[in-house]
Amino acid sequence: MTGRGGERRGGWRARLPGSAAPARLEGRAAVLRVYGYMFHRYRRTWRGTITSSFLYPLMYLLAMGIGLGHLVNHHLAGASSPVGFSRLGGVGYVTFIAPGLLAATAMQMATNESTYPVMEGVKWARTYLAMLAAPIEARDVQRGQLLWIATRVAISGAVFLAIMAAFGDVLSPYAVLALVASTLTGMAFAAPVAAFAVTRENSTSFPIMYRLGIVPLFLFSGTFFPITNLPGWLQVIARVTPLYHGVELCRALVLGQMNAASLAVDTGYLACLVLFGVYFGGRTFAKRLAQ
Amino acid sequence: MVEARGLTKRFGDFTAVDAVDFRIERGEAFGFLGPNGAGKTSTMRMVSCLSPVTAGELSVLGMDPRHEGPRIRGRLGLVPQEDTLDLELSVRDNLYLYGRYFDVAKAVLRPRVESLLEFAHLTDRGGDKVDDLSGGMKRRLTIARALVSEPELVILDEPTTGLDPQARHLLWDRLYRLKQDGVTLIITTHYMDEAEQLCDRLVVMDHGRIVAAGSPPSLISEWSSKEVVELRFASGRQEEMAGALGGFAERVEVLPDRVLLYVDDGDEVLLKVREAGIRPESALARRSSLEDVFLRLTGRSLVD
Repeated sequence: MTGRGGERRGGWRARLPGSAAPARLEGRAAVLRVYGYMFHRYRRTWRGTITSSFLYPLMYLLAMGIGLGHLVNHHLAGASSPVGFSRLGGVGYVTFIAPGLLAATAMQMATNESTYPVMEGVKWARTYLAMLAAPIEARDVQRGQLLWIATRVAISGAVFLAIMAAFGDVLSPYAVLALVASTLTGMAFAAPVAAFAVTRENSTSFPIMYRLGIVPLFLFSGTFFPITNLPGWLQVIARVTPLYHGVELCRALVLGQMNAASLAVDTGYLACLVLFGVYFGGRTFAKRLAQ
Repeated sequence: MVEARGLTKRFGDFTAVDAVDFRIERGEAFGFLGPNGAGKTSTMRMVSCLSPVTAGELSVLGMDPRHEGPRIRGRLGLVPQEDTLDLELSVRDNLYLYGRYFDVAKAVLRPRVESLLEFAHLTDRGGDKVDDLSGGMKRRLTIARALVSEPELVILDEPTTGLDPQARHLLWDRLYRLKQDGVTLIITTHYMDEAEQLCDRLVVMDHGRIVAAGSPPSLISEWSSKEVVELRFASGRQEEMAGALGGFAERVEVLPDRVLLYVDDGDEVLLKVREAGIRPESALARRSSLEDVFLRLTGRSLVD
């Protein structure tokens, strides 16, 4: 060390190559440094995620669409009532559920990615704590994690959409925007769930949340049948759940049956949830990580 | 480098750090010695800007942690008490990705990672998963990782706790090299030998307070005698024998398993004790250590 006023060269440093670049706050934003770590780490571990990201959606489409869909289509075609296919927006069963599944799998994946990996970061592997020793703050960790989850959800959404297109279930060029919609749906879950997950000491509440929250939403938010089939009071509940709006949004875009008012309501509702989660999570992450 | 006045940390009703004052100069190795729960880690977390200051003044590298936490952390190297290595990744990746947290440019980082692997004696393990390393290797990797941003100040929270003697000596050697190279070190420990080996100056902490401060030799000469005679008697008889030994030393301490006599010349006193017909089961004369200082100041041992 030479001098006392902040000059910081010499000594052991001189032996290390590239001594000219001290850490500073300029340069990449802290959020991107967190994101960069997750991206780099995923490059080492991505193989293990193929099943959940790509194969599950494909299996759902095959089972529900080809298997169950055949029965449903047969029934609707032979229906004596004038309703028939119009109940499904005038399309076959697979085409009806595919965009719903797009939204529902985004929800599932986002929820999964914002529970266990957050617990991993804060407690099991303590990777968040390593980040905080650098010029990175708790809210940067939160936002970097969310950005990474959004990337994962978007990638698997893109694959899902491509499979749908291959099956002939994409009816409108606006389907490209369904990728944004499904990612938004995922983040409407991920942001608040991560905010909650970071406050936990262990993972016991995660399966409960999944069983009491995610599974009922998956089944009753209009993914597999129009919610108008539900009793009135359940319809009311379904309409206030986030997944319902995600499903509606994705379906409208994929089938090309858009209506400006519902698009605005669905998008606004989901965006509010994301904003709430980001704001609330900024506080819970800071509270947990900076004591 | 670091200056604290009346520095206090409270968690609810519990006061972990109770109005401590200290000043750490550039280039020195400064120690915080004390038993578990003395407030060392809480102090370190405040100095590393990981934990907000409850009350008092703290300045790190001339900046206020309250407002410039990330800027300060950018110039610190932190070795936390528990490793935060990514066990799934390789040794080399751990160094590399940690460097990227500090936004060290890739071209600068690659050769630096190699020289740090060498520094940590881990060159031939660079491609291995961290999970496969021994405790001592992980600790060396954590220290190497803390150096990846070329910090001016390195904070080590119990760097060798839980390591075997050989691993500890290798680690001390690395820390000694850092010190030689002019890096300012802050070390917390509950091992007096570690504090004596590495620290130029230290403070002794107990119950959140600083009870003494100085260099290891000055603390010993201020708070203890030159030498110590340790006498071990049959269990349960230490207290009783201590009474008979009062005349031989300026001060007598009774521990559960032995009696300590604080004296100027240990061998001479040992001889006198034998002449007086006192027969301990074992006897030993040694130089005073920081352990004796701690015992004197708090009435308790450092490590039980």
